[in-house]
Amino acid sequence: MSTLNIINKSPFEKRTLDQCLKRIGAGDSVLLIEDASISAVSGTAFTEQLTAAAAQSKLYVLQPDLQARGFNDASLLDSIESVDYEGFVNLVVTHERVHSWL
Amino acid sequence: MKLAVLVNEGPYQHQASDSAYQFVTAALRTGHEVMRVFFYHDGVNNGTRLTTPPQDDRHIQKRWSALAQEHNVDLVLCVAACQRRGLVDEGEAKRNSKDATNIAPGFRISGLGQLIEAGVEADRLVTFGD
Amino acid sequence: MEEEEYQGGEVKKFLYVNRRLPHGTIYALESLETVLIGAAFDQDVSMLFVDDGVYQLKKEQAPESIECKNFSKTYRALEMYDVEKLFVERESLEERGLAIDDLLVDVELIASSDVKALVDEHDVILSF
Repeated sequence: MSTLNIINKSPFEKRTLDQCLKRIGAGDSVLLIEDASISAVSGTAFTEQLTAAAAQSKLYVLQPDLQARGFNDASLLDSIESVDYEGFVNLVVTHERVHSWL
Repeated sequence: MKLAVLVNEGPYQHQASDSAYQFVTAALRTGHEVMRVFFYHDGVNNGTRLTTPPQDDRHIQKRWSALAQEHNVDLVLCVAACQRRGLVDEGEAKRNSKDATNIAPGFRISGLGQLIEAGVEADRLVTFGD
Repeated sequence: MEEEEYQGGEVKKFLYVNRRLPHGTIYALESLETVLIGAAFDQDVSMLFVDDGVYQLKKEQAPESIECKNFSKTYRALEMYDVEKLFVERESLEERGLAIDDLLVDVELIASSDVKALVDEHDVILSF
């Protein structure tokens, strides 16, 4: 039973990332979109937390959102996979349900 | 797969409507069916035909309307949310004695039941909001 | 609210996740409207209150003071719509200095670590 969790808030502004990560478990995935995409950049205050989360959940970032904000795949944490919108659709299809943490 | 989308924010203010649009077009491109896009909360503001964004900017409403026309995507605005925010079609104008309509082509106003129905009938429901 | 009925016959398990305070934004009120419609469509409806969502159930709300509708009474009427599964996360209450006695309806307390299992039981997750 797996859930695709979508986060769209900057972790520097809202606690959504934290609130989501502490309530998900094995088999669940997290997709970082919109303002949350910048969480996927390495060397931030959230790097450690995301690296730890990646041990039990698959983490993805929506590449166009990251690119729009001035970052590319080279800036990403190793544990985070970059997807485009088609990849986003594929994640929705391959998980049993979608939970948008608004 | 049969997908449905919920949009909870209006155009321009928040990226939600843009993200939803990109998601829907990618889903159609990859051979999935998008049975409905339901607009709720301020999301109903995507359905007014009276916006005039600057020419060098995207036209969010026209983009949605084109999607409805070209791919038969059902664009539904929540009636209760519309009444609160002044989104009006012919029926609503008559019912609530309004002197104008502003609904854009391809959109229709209906009840929240359409959201529940989308949740039941689609294989996945994806929400975009703030 | 207009009368609507779903003819399809299929029943899915809907989980409404409420994470925001009432009154500051309209999400709590409009979510509640969705819950009622979902129940009227004979769907299996559960509600989960976590983070600031627990404030939606706080007793003694008096938004008349800001000329807003007091919809908190509607949570008490949920039972009449067969919406009986209200879950509240214990940690969210504790973080905010609240206890179960501060809430205006009977709820089931669950631990943060149980949220995943609850989500996994449901087909559709709606969070506004």
